[in-house]
Amino acid sequence: MIGTPAIAATHEPVWLRRLIIAIAVGFVGLFVLVPLAAVFAEALRNGLAAYGHAIVDPAALSAVKLTFLAAAIAVPLNVVFGVAAAWAIARFRFPGRALLISLIDLPLAVSPVIAGMVFVLLFGKQGLIGPWLTAHGVQVIFALPGIVLATTFVTFPFVARELIPLMEAQGAEEEEAAIVLGASGWQTFVRVTLPKIKWGLLYGVVLCTARAMGEFGAVSVVSGHIRGRTNTLPLHVEILYNEYEYQAAFAVASILVVLALASLIARRVIARRVEAT
Amino acid sequence: MTIDPTGDRPRPTGTATGAGAPRDLAPLGDPRIDPTGGLPRPTGTRAPRDRAPLIEVRGLTKRFGAFHALDDVSLDVPGGGLIALLGPSGSGKTTLLRILAGLERPDRGRALLDGVDLAAQSARQRNVGLVFQHYALFRHLDVYENIAFALRVRKRPHAEVDARVRELLGLIQLESLEHRLPSQLSGGQRQRVALARALAARPRVLLLDEPFGALDAQVRAELRGWLRRLHDEIHLTTVFVTHDQDEAFEVADKVVVMNRGKIEQVGAPAEVFDRPANDFVMRFLGHVNVLEATLEDGRARIGDATVALGALGAAVGAHGGDTRGRVYVRPHEIDIARAPAAGAFAARVVRVTPLSGGLKVELSVPSLGSRMRADIDWERGTALALSDGDDVFLSLRRARVFAPDGHGPPS
Amino acid sequence: MGYTLVYLSLIVLIPLATLVVKTADLSLGELWDLAVSRRALASYRVTFGASFAAALVNVVFGTLVAWTLVRYEFPGRRIIDALVDIPFALPTAVSGLALTAVLAPTGWIGRFLAPLGIKAVFTPLGITLALVFIGLPFVVRTVQPVLEELEAEVEEAAAVLGATRWQTVTRVIVPSVTPALLTGFALAFARAIGEYGSVVFISGNKQFETEITPLLIMTRLEQFDYAGATALALVMLIVSFAMLLAINGLGAWARRRAGHA
Repeated sequence: MIGTPAIAATHEPVWLRRLIIAIAVGFVGLFVLVPLAAVFAEALRNGLAAYGHAIVDPAALSAVKLTFLAAAIAVPLNVVFGVAAAWAIARFRFPGRALLISLIDLPLAVSPVIAGMVFVLLFGKQGLIGPWLTAHGVQVIFALPGIVLATTFVTFPFVARELIPLMEAQGAEEEEAAIVLGASGWQTFVRVTLPKIKWGLLYGVVLCTARAMGEFGAVSVVSGHIRGRTNTLPLHVEILYNEYEYQAAFAVASILVVLALASLIARRVIARRVEAT
Repeated sequence: MTIDPTGDRPRPTGTATGAGAPRDLAPLGDPRIDPTGGLPRPTGTRAPRDRAPLIEVRGLTKRFGAFHALDDVSLDVPGGGLIALLGPSGSGKTTLLRILAGLERPDRGRALLDGVDLAAQSARQRNVGLVFQHYALFRHLDVYENIAFALRVRKRPHAEVDARVRELLGLIQLESLEHRLPSQLSGGQRQRVALARALAARPRVLLLDEPFGALDAQVRAELRGWLRRLHDEIHLTTVFVTHDQDEAFEVADKVVVMNRGKIEQVGAPAEVFDRPANDFVMRFLGHVNVLEATLEDGRARIGDATVALGALGAAVGAHGGDTRGRVYVRPHEIDIARAPAAGAFAARVVRVTPLSGGLKVELSVPSLGSRMRADIDWERGTALALSDGDDVFLSLRRARVFAPDGHGPPS
Repeated sequence: MGYTLVYLSLIVLIPLATLVVKTADLSLGELWDLAVSRRALASYRVTFGASFAAALVNVVFGTLVAWTLVRYEFPGRRIIDALVDIPFALPTAVSGLALTAVLAPTGWIGRFLAPLGIKAVFTPLGITLALVFIGLPFVVRTVQPVLEELEAEVEEAAAVLGATRWQTVTRVIVPSVTPALLTGFALAFARAIGEYGSVVFISGNKQFETEITPLLIMTRLEQFDYAGATALALVMLIVSFAMLLAINGLGAWARRRAGHA
């Protein structure tokens, strides 16, 4: 018995299926795969030697250092906050809870340029506290602290947003059991809560770090683009591009691509662990 | 006759006849409600059964990979009948239903509806109604639009759709909820909407796949009765799938017992219960004691007693010599006595449990090395005054013997 | 709890409040003039126009991609699924650079467009294409889970009730997916209007033609025209918050529809 029409009503005809697949694959291939491949192709255009040269260039290396440094400061700060906020939000009901949740999402809704701008408004030459700080020898804008602040602002929500739903879903019963058994608040946190959220936390950290290293707009406003001093990797790419050093620009960009791909893979692996808990 | 399965119909205020009087809604026997195609008939009489279509299934086979879902199944469903496909999971009952609905294609065999091979008909021509266990209501449509769906996809004029939907809302008694979304309904209400939706296009056959399986016990019981009464009024040929014996017995005219892709027996509830065709049917329907015995001409040696099987209604063929076999006895077909008797074997009471119908007595039979269960009524129980550890004698009022392959008496 | 609030204030609230304070420096009239200067208006047109178009493209194709990933099996499915995440994971500067390289007249795609007279770099078209890239994951990842949750039984019910495949798609599947579609659109749109890094490379930043609002803000800041920058930032913030409200509202509506709320 072949071709019972009723069943056809739950599936598309084969030719249509193939067409849709072709369109979808074509779309993704064109928009994502081609640009990705282009980065590496352009980076290696002048050969492997030139590629290596661009990467170990002192300006590039200092950009790498700065990038990692900024991330190394911003991410732990955001982790501590994220855990504290998630704890408060998931465990307690307090007035303004909903507001807090929306506020945490705020940096995501704001353009990175505006994010950088507010720090300039605050700490810049004509800013609110800028002149006062400069008078005391503290340089925020066009220096490391500004970059760290901007990076922290932009990556602020990531850890918290990962942990809040996770902790809400997990419930407080295990912690309650621990307290009844005599554990202190801190002990409960370290021995019971942390192990439960560790995969979600790790996921948030990877997300946060990837974003911190790749941030461009906000840092661009705040850094002053001082080569060798206040240039992160993304900014360095821009400088090289503006100076028509295309191959070098792509070479540096390729570092960022590798970092991004690594973080993607890490996230996929961790996501599976999160599902399993 | 008004049906109110879940008791959630609002009671009107100020009814002259006092508290609890049901509102005067169109009863189910209303001739305006006629899913079989609008032929006129006088008010109040029942539609003669032979006008509804009948289903013929011939040699249906369906495999999923290495698993035989259906193995050469043949069946006739009379027009206007209500039959239950009963069996454990994996027996093929749902597969059979889905083939009738057109959602699966059999590997071999045919299904005919009113003489027309179903393979040749599209879903619209086929016009069967299907109710799923988990309702499968359209979550983004309200009750009204869910019921109207079948008519809307057939592009029926608005007035016709409205009339039909209102009719069905009255049938399932959810008029006040027509604008609710499925998420705002209880399980019982959702299932009634699913039923109305399936009936909207006046299908020739109604198929239900474990329709009450997702509901809690009380709602299930109420809806069972409701379905039975509904069928009594509208006589739509109905096939429903269940693994619950009580449900099948309570609702259906005929029960089709299935196991592992095959039909074991077809018959009225009383018939399959009382005269099971083989040991599977007997075991599946209700409790049964299985006694190892040695069979000789017309007699069985059970433990230390010899029982004349002929007198028990268990036909046994003439057989030379001894054969090992099994004697099947229902708990309520056993008599317990304190004194020994011919054909009675010794047992010891392990536990006595009062049940709603009588006493459940669990016994151990040393000569058989197994346990048995006997159900006796209250009077007998009081007369015997059994307690744990008592020694008693069991005689069988009725028994069945099946051949080693499980089917019918040994030849 | 206390730590949370202190940190939140320091990093988020105070900086944003600065914006409000700075705004107070200007009179409403001045703000208005700055916000609707010719150059500013041109930048809005470019920014919002391109973002809207890009979000639209993403809704159409993103839904197709999500459908393909959920419903069909084909070689390379997992790769495509992984590729969808990339625009979100890549640093914006890298995206911008890569897209410029590809769409330039000498680029892998640009070389096919040039003979047709289509210029993709330094034009609003280029900006739109870059924004399509950026917004790709938003629609796909918002629609995908909804499609995955659709029960097969509902489609079967529609079929048995007499619907053709097309009717099932339009009357049953599309309405179920619509809230997610709209949410994905809003997310892609909101992200696109604020986008900077991936657009500056390809846009060429020609005043009145391809200058996006974030870039204009940047330019004003570099010129120490804080007032001008602030005015523009306010406009963008108002739109962003409106989008945020819309997204949350859509999310709640979608949950109610699906019966979860």
